[in-house]
Amino acid sequence: MKSAVIVFPGSNREGDMVRALTLAGSDAQKVWHAETELPKGTDLVVLPGGFSYGDYLRCGAIAGRATVMDAVRAHAACGGLVLGVCNGFQILCEAGLLPGILMRNANLKFICHRQYLRVERTDTAFTRNYTKGQAIDVCVAHGEGNYTADEETLKRLEGEGLVAFRYADAQGHITQDANRNGSMNSIAGIYSDKLNVLGMMPHPENLIEDLVGGTDGRGLFESLVSSFPKAA
Amino acid sequence: MIRNDVAITPELVKEHGLKPDEYERFVTLIGREPTITELGIVSAMWNEHCSYKSSRIHLRGLPTKAPWVIQGPGENAGVIDIGDGLACIFKMESHNHPSFIEPYQGAATGVGGILRDVFTMGARPIASLNFLRFGEPDHPKTPHLVSGVVAGIGGYGNSFGVPTVGGSVGFDKRYNGNILVNAMAVGLARTDEIFYAKATGVGNPIVYLGSKTGRDGIHGATMASAEFDDASEEKRPTVQVGDPFAEKLLLEACLELMKSGAVIAIQDMGAAGLTSSAVEMGAKGNLGIELDLDKVPCREEGMTAYEMMLSESQERMLMVLKPGMEQEAEAIFHKWGLDFAVIGKTTDTLRFVIKHQGEVKADLPIKELGDEAPLYDRPWVESPRQPVIAPDSVKAPMSEAEALLKLVGSPDQCSKRWVWEQYDHLILGNTVQTPGGDAAIVRVEDGPKGLALTTDVTPRYCEADPFEGGKQAVAEAWRNITAVGGLPLALTDNLNFASPERPESMGQFVGCVKGIGEACKALDFPVVSGNVSLYNETNGQGILPTPAIGGVGLLDDVTVNASVAFKAEGEAIILIGATEGWLGQSIYLRDVCGREEGAPPPVDLAQEKRNGDFVRQLIRSGQVKTVHDLSDGGIALALAEMAMAGGVGAEITAFPEGLPLHAFLFGEDQARYLIAVDEDVAADILYEAGAIGIPAVTLGLTGGDALILPGQQAISVKQLKAAHEAWLPNYMTGKA
Repeated sequence: MKSAVIVFPGSNREGDMVRALTLAGSDAQKVWHAETELPKGTDLVVLPGGFSYGDYLRCGAIAGRATVMDAVRAHAACGGLVLGVCNGFQILCEAGLLPGILMRNANLKFICHRQYLRVERTDTAFTRNYTKGQAIDVCVAHGEGNYTADEETLKRLEGEGLVAFRYADAQGHITQDANRNGSMNSIAGIYSDKLNVLGMMPHPENLIEDLVGGTDGRGLFESLVSSFPKAA
Repeated sequence: MIRNDVAITPELVKEHGLKPDEYERFVTLIGREPTITELGIVSAMWNEHCSYKSSRIHLRGLPTKAPWVIQGPGENAGVIDIGDGLACIFKMESHNHPSFIEPYQGAATGVGGILRDVFTMGARPIASLNFLRFGEPDHPKTPHLVSGVVAGIGGYGNSFGVPTVGGSVGFDKRYNGNILVNAMAVGLARTDEIFYAKATGVGNPIVYLGSKTGRDGIHGATMASAEFDDASEEKRPTVQVGDPFAEKLLLEACLELMKSGAVIAIQDMGAAGLTSSAVEMGAKGNLGIELDLDKVPCREEGMTAYEMMLSESQERMLMVLKPGMEQEAEAIFHKWGLDFAVIGKTTDTLRFVIKHQGEVKADLPIKELGDEAPLYDRPWVESPRQPVIAPDSVKAPMSEAEALLKLVGSPDQCSKRWVWEQYDHLILGNTVQTPGGDAAIVRVEDGPKGLALTTDVTPRYCEADPFEGGKQAVAEAWRNITAVGGLPLALTDNLNFASPERPESMGQFVGCVKGIGEACKALDFPVVSGNVSLYNETNGQGILPTPAIGGVGLLDDVTVNASVAFKAEGEAIILIGATEGWLGQSIYLRDVCGREEGAPPPVDLAQEKRNGDFVRQLIRSGQVKTVHDLSDGGIALALAEMAMAGGVGAEITAFPEGLPLHAFLFGEDQARYLIAVDEDVAADILYEAGAIGIPAVTLGLTGGDALILPGQQAISVKQLKAAHEAWLPNYMTGKA
């Protein structure tokens, strides 16, 4: 499985993402934001975490309009897989690939901590190696992860089962305490209509080794890799 | 002859922080009245911050060498060899005064400056730490300063993309008017790809890189070399504004350029900006430097030569490039959207020549600007000796259980989670031990090695006995690293003191430096970089002497380490090291009895080394996974922290006869550790220790959901945690 990790000025978790993808068996390479095309045969596009363009405008606003994003939109339009994590999620929202927006955290501070997520469905390319309702232990690191959308959008996301992950406690219960950034409906990640684009605030790519906190993040990358037949 | 537009009056000299005799020295050196630009340049080079004029003669006594030291003090950062062709490059630096005036930007640019010091040498930063001291919690300014400094450190480091993995936060009224913000950065480079500031070759292009130059930070280094008074807040315009995004681009562009082979020398523009960086490159290389300021990328219009030479705008670098490689270098910088300009050349004249708008604005002897800076052997007096406080002379005002609950929830000993959760401590995916333990551990690339990192000092010990306090600071950093299984290799020191012009505070400085040197020698733990921050006082009130130590240690196999958390029930808790119940200057005496007095615990460096080497070997052989070194709050506080971290209680049944229980539990004798091990292994460890004369005794067993101290009511781990976690968030939201 070939993945392209897009590097914007100010991206800073691209290395972590490449490491996680590689560990799961993907052929991952970094792609500079000024490129007009994705590498031939790209199966998965990843927008990694960071502070693209310093987040000096709205988070993701400038990156969402970068040259390479036309190619990413085209890839998504053909059903190609796109994953945006943290700043990547913000970019997907700004680029119009996902609805809603990420507002400042409820406490108005950057927060970095371990966080359980409940896996809402397991019939997508991103989550097939998890079990439904499983509580996975990953981490968050963001100042603006407070998912917000208008009522209609929220209704549609819920109605069509497009919520990918919710902030939960260790048992998978959705509680107010577990939703530290104040996201609507405890939403930590959402899919596009066709389930081929996933945006999420938490970082599965930092929880891939027992030595460094645990391996619950691996499932996502292994799901993606196993969604593709091995290259001949 | 240089034209002089501005008459140099005694008032002007004074405003530049130069004493009349210092100015005279300069006039004699150049043989004429200086121009205003020249006066600005010399004030930048000869202030305390840049010239170390009061501290230099004392720093010479510090041990700086070891077979694994590649570069000691004098460069942007220290460099040590960690094997496998890799070097660890690190340094700590203060940003105290700017952070007091403008906490967010002051702290942010402190982090930015130290990161730049590290990547200037070719290293990619892999971890950042800090050491923070604030005024007493009740002081009206304290919450605002805590909030701003923490946000600033996070704001810069998080965006730049380096994990902030450790630090120290404390409060004391002596920092009311002068907080401490010390930032440490740690980077990795290949040993054959380290870059230095020394320029070589005549006629080589000098290149300006990074952000544009503005009027911010002019005279920042001079401000950092003066004591504060009530008008200091008017100095806000001399605090620079940080741009972590630009710094991240600068990092990537510099590392890419270094790989291309185009770089001869590189120096970041930190304190005293263009002046200090250019002079340093020339002086180190025995070369002159000629700059044409018309080429300097400016953010503001109409900047004068004086302003450009003294601006401390952030995220800028100066390089000497190999001739003919300018275009390649420029392409790399433009790819990253950064400014690139050839602004001068190296010469063989040994002069520092500044041209602007067709005129020579400065023409100074370059070597003398650094070498001939004033050097002072300031008068100093030894601190008065404090009496030793006998353990049984201290009456316990409350039960030991109550005292422990009070301490775990006190401002200095409470959980600092509220702080470190605002720092991205997980980015890069190599943080093996997160903040909250004895030392942080980060894996080196994909392993197997790891680095153990810590910042520490006990200022109240340093005040009571500077020499013992200096020793203790080094010993504690060494112990922190040892407690996670690391072999301490080298340290960086950030020496924060009050005015050197007062013999009492100069005496504290001299004593602490002597103590540091003594401990470094005994523990084979040399100083490879550091920073001196003097004049930390406001309206004549000095800070506690605070020589913060940033220690770096190596784990050969990062998977073999120890942490403070109790990991299983029924394990034996063993105390390593001798306990006499030393309560002088202890946290117990201060926070439970309300007495700040007595001599601090003496540090027996031979014992320190022997006990530490023993514990490290137990960790490295895989026998022990649970270790906590003992410091503030002694055995009791360590037990509480181990129980809280692991969610497992303990019962202490053994304690010595003839020592008051509170002295045994809360005494702060040095060179001690608590370990928890399987009972079978415990017998072997006690035997081994006995055989080589290391004091080791079993205190009790882990288990249950409460901590039970001898004869005391059980305190549930839940109750401990509630007290430990509550104070800081409550305080910051106005509830404490």
